[in-house]
Amino acid sequence: MRPVYAVSGGVSKFAKARPDKNFQAIVKEAYDYAITDLGLDFPTFTQVVDGSVASYFSDHFTRQLMAGIMAQDYLGLVPKPGHRVEGGGATGGICFQEAWKSIASGHMDVCVAYGFETMSHVETWKGNEFIALASDVSFDYPVGGFYSGYYAMMVTRHMKEFGTTVEQLAAVSVKNHINAYHNPYAQKRNRYTIEDVRSAPMVAWPLTRLDICVMSDGAAVTILASEEGLRKLEAAGASIPRPLVQVTGIGRGTDAMRMADRPHLDYDFFMQNYATQGERDSDETRAYYKRLWERGTRYPGVHSFRAGRTAGNMAYKMAGLSDPLNDLDFIELHDAYTSSEIQTYEDMGLCRYGEGGPFAVSGKAFMPGIDYGLDLPEAPQCAVNPSGGLIACGHPVGATGLMQGVFAIWQLQGAIGKHFQDKTLQVSNARRGAIHSHAGTGTYVTISILERVD
Amino acid sequence: MSKLPSRRDETLGGYIVHGLPFPVDSDPDSMAFLKKLTPIQIEQEYKITYLHSYAQDSPWFAALSNKRLIASRDPEYGTTYPTPRGHDMYSGLETEWVDITERPANVHAFTVCHFGSEEFLPETPFVLALIEFEGADTLLLTRLMGVDPQQASLEWIGMPVRPKFLRNSKLKPTDVYFVPA
Repeated sequence: MRPVYAVSGGVSKFAKARPDKNFQAIVKEAYDYAITDLGLDFPTFTQVVDGSVASYFSDHFTRQLMAGIMAQDYLGLVPKPGHRVEGGGATGGICFQEAWKSIASGHMDVCVAYGFETMSHVETWKGNEFIALASDVSFDYPVGGFYSGYYAMMVTRHMKEFGTTVEQLAAVSVKNHINAYHNPYAQKRNRYTIEDVRSAPMVAWPLTRLDICVMSDGAAVTILASEEGLRKLEAAGASIPRPLVQVTGIGRGTDAMRMADRPHLDYDFFMQNYATQGERDSDETRAYYKRLWERGTRYPGVHSFRAGRTAGNMAYKMAGLSDPLNDLDFIELHDAYTSSEIQTYEDMGLCRYGEGGPFAVSGKAFMPGIDYGLDLPEAPQCAVNPSGGLIACGHPVGATGLMQGVFAIWQLQGAIGKHFQDKTLQVSNARRGAIHSHAGTGTYVTISILERVD
Repeated sequence: MSKLPSRRDETLGGYIVHGLPFPVDSDPDSMAFLKKLTPIQIEQEYKITYLHSYAQDSPWFAALSNKRLIASRDPEYGTTYPTPRGHDMYSGLETEWVDITERPANVHAFTVCHFGSEEFLPETPFVLALIEFEGADTLLLTRLMGVDPQQASLEWIGMPVRPKFLRNSKLKPTDVYFVPA
């Protein structure tokens, strides 16, 4: 497979509602930004780009089938090849990886991945109903279909088994909201405290409104290229920043749609099939897990995302990294819920299973130089959601995973100051980052590794 | 004192309007002014009735209407699925039915939904729970009754429960619900 470079990106403003533009025109905002950032104009880029992948989750929200081709034609990309991908909340992450495959396979030299969602066209609780239709309509939805409820069940199990606390969940909300305070693309830019999070209206016990991301209208675009694609873009007048940003690893995992169907695997099977290399190599960690299993833990049950662990192990192996906490400078992590960020710390091997709660308040996932109003015992090590994540930026589903890609490209280009008009969220000397996209209760999870090529 | 609402709930509904203001003359200035207008938003209804088949899972619903809870079981390895599936996930074999109505059961995880999808908003607060059964390998999503939704507690996890059935079946998975045993 050929090396794949992420050369540019753009994000529309994420907002509660964008009645001023239809979805095609919102995509074009992000698309034009990505092209302009390369120093190209629309007709020139149209000549160079080979094709596209479109990302949006729900035909219900648009009340429009084949919305992808409507964006494709609005962007002037017809008759070039393109297709739509869909995988719930992970749709954007899947789109990024499918564009990667188009380049890596040699099928295209320049591929644009665009994604959008317009969720404002129905009321919030109808929107929740649409999202809940992404659960089994025979056995899950009719019982009280509500994704916040599903995730809340997962976290009550996590709390019961591992002692995770609601204050640890709230610390994630405080971190991500305060990060977003410096991100002009974010939908919510507020400074909250642990008390604010806990006193917000209860949605699904123990998750409050501030533990949960909001619905949005928005779009995001990333442009990927092969080495030949770089030459073609530059021959057309593009200015591609050096050092380049390369996508060095992709991983993806899946799990059963119905949470009830997830297995409860024993210690040996977990160690053989799911433990990270680091976990297998450590006597102390093997003993730690042995104790957990003796106390009744089974894997993944409903407390963990096996798809996330699968995606991480695959992406890390491909990118050649073994110690994610030290090897990654930042992660844009799919924090649809504060609880799922904590569960994902564990899946991604930033800490061991069961230790996500203490990790959340350790300080390791926070940005240096920002006052969070929290007493954090340890130094920042790997910023998680320096952008503010879904909780603060918003979650226009099909755009979200690509938004993460854009923010990762800008981090690795050292260009956060340029795009945010504020350098606060620039991870110092960012060399390698991960983007993590996640669908309904962990059904599809993608992890992609992006690196600065010095 | 609890915080008073400061915003009225809004719906999408509005007045039916026939005709909107528009420039009388199509001069360039008025054409350019059209760019400055706010968008027109209309209400579109979308209503469908599906004929949904429970297909190979139908006996599970028939069992509920007869106040029995059945599960799928792999014929060779005995892997048992309280949420039924026609074929086993590991062997690929067609499953058989087994009655689990009387099996000891516990709460595995739960939540109290204070909000919900539009269809279920009138029922809030309600308790969702995943139930584990002795000798079964997976769980069942259900409603838990007989606990106080305002007093949610992790103590509920592990609590023994038993199934109860609606007297008049609605042919939905909510024909069964669970209560403390």
